[in-house]
Amino acid sequence: MAVSRISKNDRRIQLEREEAGDHLYANRVRVYPKAVHGMARRVKWAILIACLGLYYVMPWVRWDRGPGRPNQAILLDMAHERYYFFNLELWPQDIWLLAGLLIMGAVTLFLVTSLIGRVWCGYTCPQTVWTDLFMWVERLVEGDRNERMRRDAEPVTFDTVWRKAVKHGVWLFIAFWTGGAWIMYYVDAPTVTVQFWTGHASAQVYFFTLLFTATTYVLAGWAREQVCTYMCPWPRFQSAMLDDQSFTVTYQSWRGEPRVRGKRHEGEAAGDCVDCGACVTACPTGIDIRDGIQLECINCGLCIDACNHVMERTGRDRWLITWDTLARQAAKKAGRFEPIRLIRPRSIIYAGVLLAAMSALTVALALRPTIGLSVQRDRAPLFVTLPDGSLRNGYTVKIANKTQADSPFVLSVAGLPGAVLTVSEESAKPAPVLTLRGAPDQVSTYRVLVTARPDHLPEGTLPVIFELRDGTSGERTTYKSIFMGPATYNGGPP
Amino acid sequence: MPTKIEKDSVTGRETTGHEWDGIKELNTPLPKWWLYVFYACIAWAIGMFILYPSIPYGTGYFKGVLGYSQRRAVDAAVAEVAAQRQASMDKIAALSFADIRKDPALLEVALTDGRITFATNCQPCHGAGGAGRPGYPALAAGAWIWGGTLEDIQQTITHGIRSADPDARQSAMPRFGADGILKPDQIQAVADFVHAKFYGHPPLAADIAEGQKIFAENCAACHGDAGQGNPQMGAPRLASKVHLYGGSLETIVSQVTNPRMGVMPNWNTRLDPATIKALALYVHSLGGGQ
Repeated sequence: MAVSRISKNDRRIQLEREEAGDHLYANRVRVYPKAVHGMARRVKWAILIACLGLYYVMPWVRWDRGPGRPNQAILLDMAHERYYFFNLELWPQDIWLLAGLLIMGAVTLFLVTSLIGRVWCGYTCPQTVWTDLFMWVERLVEGDRNERMRRDAEPVTFDTVWRKAVKHGVWLFIAFWTGGAWIMYYVDAPTVTVQFWTGHASAQVYFFTLLFTATTYVLAGWAREQVCTYMCPWPRFQSAMLDDQSFTVTYQSWRGEPRVRGKRHEGEAAGDCVDCGACVTACPTGIDIRDGIQLECINCGLCIDACNHVMERTGRDRWLITWDTLARQAAKKAGRFEPIRLIRPRSIIYAGVLLAAMSALTVALALRPTIGLSVQRDRAPLFVTLPDGSLRNGYTVKIANKTQADSPFVLSVAGLPGAVLTVSEESAKPAPVLTLRGAPDQVSTYRVLVTARPDHLPEGTLPVIFELRDGTSGERTTYKSIFMGPATYNGGPP
Repeated sequence: MPTKIEKDSVTGRETTGHEWDGIKELNTPLPKWWLYVFYACIAWAIGMFILYPSIPYGTGYFKGVLGYSQRRAVDAAVAEVAAQRQASMDKIAALSFADIRKDPALLEVALTDGRITFATNCQPCHGAGGAGRPGYPALAAGAWIWGGTLEDIQQTITHGIRSADPDARQSAMPRFGADGILKPDQIQAVADFVHAKFYGHPPLAADIAEGQKIFAENCAACHGDAGQGNPQMGAPRLASKVHLYGGSLETIVSQVTNPRMGVMPNWNTRLDPATIKALALYVHSLGGGQ
């Protein structure tokens, strides 16, 4: 990435050095972000309310699936290995759909980042959303930036102590609520709520609730921007998605520089930047956007709101800090006009992959079979010779019935004329076609013996196809297998 | 080796002094909290050392404050499963075969128990899946010598064949050759008859009437006129494609001259009645059950 301008007196580096002295490890520079008002902040609030609202409310949404079945709209029932999403019920066998969903998510992230930068980081990432919520609580209880800095610098007073206590109490409450909501996606929400408070919930429920309470409290309350800077891999490889046509939060240095603080003198060159530092104090990751695009910037645009406010007050044009591309900035500096290029090879490829993944996933979901057949041939014995000279092979047949109907399933074998089938445990008379019970919403396992009649014996290995038909819906499915006999069959063993 | 630590003119940061082909590495120190997390992990490890079995010394090891032992944990888990299993095995012991087969869950337990017992005790002779091999009957084929009903199988497993058990199944094929009952050419003739008539091969002799006569006089009493065998007395069925000692003419001659007679152990000294019942159900389900 080209870097528009880097100050030798980078404030962050200076602070780090002052704090660390000659130590091998860097002290943390505390960030006290100042509250701002404006467009970016309003959008951030709206997204925060939408995301958190969805997260906390979703487990309580009900969905009627009939008697004796879970009525929670979204439920990942690990114990019974069934995953419910409204009218969709998935089995562990459908896990590849999740892979498709993750591919879609990743490519969507690539596309959005290549077009408008790290807006995921700045607006929708859970780390950002909960940190924002926790900062809001902090401001309510302890006051804004200046008040908090003063309090932290002063000797400890009763006022400071009770405010900190209240803040951490509220944080812990939110964190607990978050951890509790998480567990509700895995067990029935109303049931687990009652169980939790009467002490009857499982050890896992308590463990995961407390675990996610702890992670929320630590990550959103204490770790904050350290997560983005040091733990998250995304900032490290996001530069692979960005190019000079991507919109990012940009300080228009050609307009702002040279920055002049305070009174301006006649004849002196002076840009629009009044060097008030509002963009720095507003930043939740504690960077100076005027140093150009950098790893820590989460593209939230709060500095834009802060700067716009100052520009208005000092009678200058807004958008000294704005969303723009590096190419357009270079052109503006040279006095040229550069059009917005949203359609470029990178975005076309990302959009193409996204479209392909979406179509494939939609088709796969729509054509998802409701019955499944799996046939595993016995390895020992390879085949059995019967007293009358017939040959018999054994197979373990699994019938997956993903419907709610208790269906009769019809099993037959193609490719072996005159073959008869029987279920080994039932020792019923072998028949060309078997009718097996496929219990609803279950996998039923049968050991099926296939006997080839003496006048239709195969030589060596013969490919056969098992065919299964759902007696209720008529849906069919097949499974390829083999039928084995002696390599050279001459009418019986010697 | 760090050569020269200098200040980078672009970023204002110091370099580590490392340089590769003109590329210098900036010194970006790790945050201190990361270091503290590392220290916390060390403290955690020390705690684990104290609580759990950890440090070996000479003949033993430090057992830990909690006194935890994986072997005891496994023993407890095994005992728990054994108690669960015992409930099912008690039901299997008490119920009749017909009632066990009416209960799919119980039948599954029985078949699983039978499968495991079979693999441990029966498979070395009878082969995986009851495939059988010369001298050891094929259990999956339905060529039963002593009968293939569940009760027959249970009886055979419990008391064995020609075993030390007083209730063992007993049968003896006369030593027609060794005891001089039949002359070698008579044995050859009757073997040729059996090989042709029941095993379905072209006869060596022009006329098998002689062999047929000898068979009717000496063999049919046990093996039946049509070679259908007699499970009551353990006489194998001859009219079959499955043979205990193989299907060649030489084998028949050998078996008539000086018969081999195998021994099946009585399992009542090693397996409890419920396990034998489960085993009988499993053997019956291999495909030969009657």
